[in-house]
Amino acid sequence: MKVLVPVKRVVDYNVKVRVKSDGTGVDIANVKMSMNPFDEIAVEEAVRLKEKGVVTEVIAVSCGVTQCQETLRTAMAIGADRGILVESADELQPLAVAKLLKAVVDKEQPGLIILGKQAIDDDCNQTGQMLAALAKLPQATYASKVEVADGKLMVTREVDGGLEKLALSLPAVITTDLRLNEPRYVTLPNIMKAKKKPLDVVKPADLGVDTASKITTLKVSEPPKRGAGVKVPDVATLVDKLKNEAKVI
Amino acid sequence: MTALVIAEHDNASVKGATLNTVTAALACGGDVHVLVAGENAGAAAAAAAQIAGVAKVLHADGAGLGHGLAENVAAQVLAIAGNYSHILFPATAGGKNVAPRVAALLDVGQISDATKVVSADTFERPIYAGNAIATVQSADAVKVITVRTTGFDAAAATGGSAAVETVAAVAASDSSSFLGSEIAKSDRPELTAAKIIVSGGRALGSSEKFNEVLTPLADKLGAALGASRAAVDAGYAPNDWQVGQTGKIVAPTLYVAAGISGAIQHLAGMKDSKVIVAINKDPEAPIFSVADYGLEADLFAAVPELVNTL
Repeated sequence: MKVLVPVKRVVDYNVKVRVKSDGTGVDIANVKMSMNPFDEIAVEEAVRLKEKGVVTEVIAVSCGVTQCQETLRTAMAIGADRGILVESADELQPLAVAKLLKAVVDKEQPGLIILGKQAIDDDCNQTGQMLAALAKLPQATYASKVEVADGKLMVTREVDGGLEKLALSLPAVITTDLRLNEPRYVTLPNIMKAKKKPLDVVKPADLGVDTASKITTLKVSEPPKRGAGVKVPDVATLVDKLKNEAKVI
Repeated sequence: MTALVIAEHDNASVKGATLNTVTAALACGGDVHVLVAGENAGAAAAAAAQIAGVAKVLHADGAGLGHGLAENVAAQVLAIAGNYSHILFPATAGGKNVAPRVAALLDVGQISDATKVVSADTFERPIYAGNAIATVQSADAVKVITVRTTGFDAAAATGGSAAVETVAAVAASDSSSFLGSEIAKSDRPELTAAKIIVSGGRALGSSEKFNEVLTPLADKLGAALGASRAAVDAGYAPNDWQVGQTGKIVAPTLYVAAGISGAIQHLAGMKDSKVIVAINKDPEAPIFSVADYGLEADLFAAVPELVNTL
């Protein structure tokens, strides 16, 4: 069974982004870019399934600019066998990405697709579910445990208030939550090895997908600033302030 | 122009997040209908009919709908989607699971985590963990939206008298089945609905200390317990207590952050709280930059003292 793992290149989670003064977006010139953390968990899970002998091949796929090749190399350094870049300089919204991934799924016929639950740039939390719908596949989002047994997929999901367990038929789509695994550190020998793994580049037009979107961003602005309050010297003052000034207790 | 709200419910009652979503739907400008898709969910449908501002409740009852499986709920929404200009879900684990499926099958984009309805086609939503606010306009025929509940007041749960109309339930998909759930039973208020939240970070040091130190304070205040991602990752607190960018987004009247440094990802989840109290022994902790009241102290001494003083 093949596993397909879509990965996204995003601003590194340690970078505090700045809104551009003209309100057209956030300034991502010269900031560190990394693989979306949830996608790293997805790659790790796929590689672990391969190490367990459940799957035979792990294919990483990324949709975006040329530099996404670096993200694919990272995935291959974790252990993906090969990479596919769907190259486009246009803004790709989740629905467009889901359509591109659907085309890749049709071609590669994976038994399982594992995605991060959410990208930390647009915070959309859509692509996995959209792909599942377009490919007519069952889904298990926010997975914290994945087992493949008897041709079925058992997934424990993080839901409000606790956990939920689902059984899905394969092929299926999984999106990862934080506790699914802890991704390994990428070693230098594996980074070197990853450079030699195959990486195909295709264009959206090759896949017959129109990536235009009907949602436009009119402006991007700074969130309202919350001013710092006061430091209180002791617990008694704190309680007094909460009771008499803020009147919240 | 009519908006459809997909109710969050447990078959017996309607969850609070539905009420905020109704408010967002009303702001879109037309009538508001509510879909209750469940199993033996008559009581939930009756409760939805009481919500102020709701014109009609659609009740679909079937075996595949009881546990909110995305495949079935999405199919149910699609079965009636043709009548609506807006389809709104609360941005809860359940809503976020289903909404993109509906959007994709309608071939429209989705607006996630809307915090403001500017007009019927224009919305505000946070991006980059709330470090920027995007104003987005949708030219799609149907607007599929998930609603960040902290951005909207709750509609009144009573006062309405909408008619309940039964709609045929879709057939259950055989590709996905529900095996079971472990939902923590607690007498505390639900995290996203709590008026007061006591939240702990990595400084607590262990699961035992987390409970020993913070539980008495939460009990005294009638508060829900929350945690930073660091505390959850370290296993001090369960994952569903996590407040932050990728956890719960909360906006209580009072948020007490004990031993939380205040990473931007955590601030993203709580900075809309009315009053923030930070207790931290590190004077440089970023949490102090958003706290209304900062107490620079060892939480292991300050929190018990706070319990005794209250």
